[in-house]
Amino acid sequence: MIVDLQHYLLLSAVLFVLGFFGVLLRKNTLVIYMCLELMLIAATIALVAFSHFNDTLDGNVFVFFILTIAAAEVAVGLAIVVALFRQRGTVQVEALNHLRH
Amino acid sequence: MANFLFYFFALLALVSAALVVVSKNPVNAALGLLLSLVGVAGLFVLLHAALLAFVLLLVYAGAVVALFLFIIMLLDTRPEQSKPLPRMTLIAATLGGALLVVGVLSLNQRAALSAGGAAVTGPTLKHYAEQLFTTYLLPVQLVGFLLLIAMLGVIVLSKKSDQAEERS
Repeated sequence: MIVDLQHYLLLSAVLFVLGFFGVLLRKNTLVIYMCLELMLIAATIALVAFSHFNDTLDGNVFVFFILTIAAAEVAVGLAIVVALFRQRGTVQVEALNHLRH
Repeated sequence: MANFLFYFFALLALVSAALVVVSKNPVNAALGLLLSLVGVAGLFVLLHAALLAFVLLLVYAGAVVALFLFIIMLLDTRPEQSKPLPRMTLIAATLGGALLVVGVLSLNQRAALSAGGAAVTGPTLKHYAEQLFTTYLLPVQLVGFLLLIAMLGVIVLSKKSDQAEERS
């Protein structure tokens, strides 16, 4: 059985949903960030697979932009997490509900 | 051989992604993310995008995961205890799972994807450079500007919390 585009898309979908469930079910902000990264990577797999099987380069070039934005996002997000930890002393999301009241 | 490699790397990526989601300890989750990235980089090589695999490992494994581990060490978080999930989370999880099933079914039955046309040789660095400096020149500049803004934002964020600490 030859590996074609559908296999890669299926893998990408399953990886994305794993990250999605991680964001929903986990309580630690750092692990939620890691699961967000998993979702971004799943999207890049789909882009590179489309690009390869259609013989274009646009998907591959988009992966560069996604990587750059992911790096910027992680830097800003982790700075926010550290600032939050200094203020509250915790990174568990159920303890961070002060905007609700 | 290529089939075996695909299944190997796909399994590696999926199992270690599951490790990220289920492990109680954040350090284990970060290392699972690292393994998952290695699997994805292998898949990129199979897709003739060796340059992207290299950049992925450099940026993610070299910078992002190292930053995560550094922050975990800095914060010294305890392993979380499991609590019953709120009802909204369960509804959202069920909806997400249902969406995945619908998406995979429609992908298998309805989608008309072109099977052939795969290039024998992958793109080289020259092709990437041509694209980045002609078609995608404006996005490249915008992304550079975004990086500058992110850097300024991080500096401001870490400065502000210093002042808050002095006040308290």
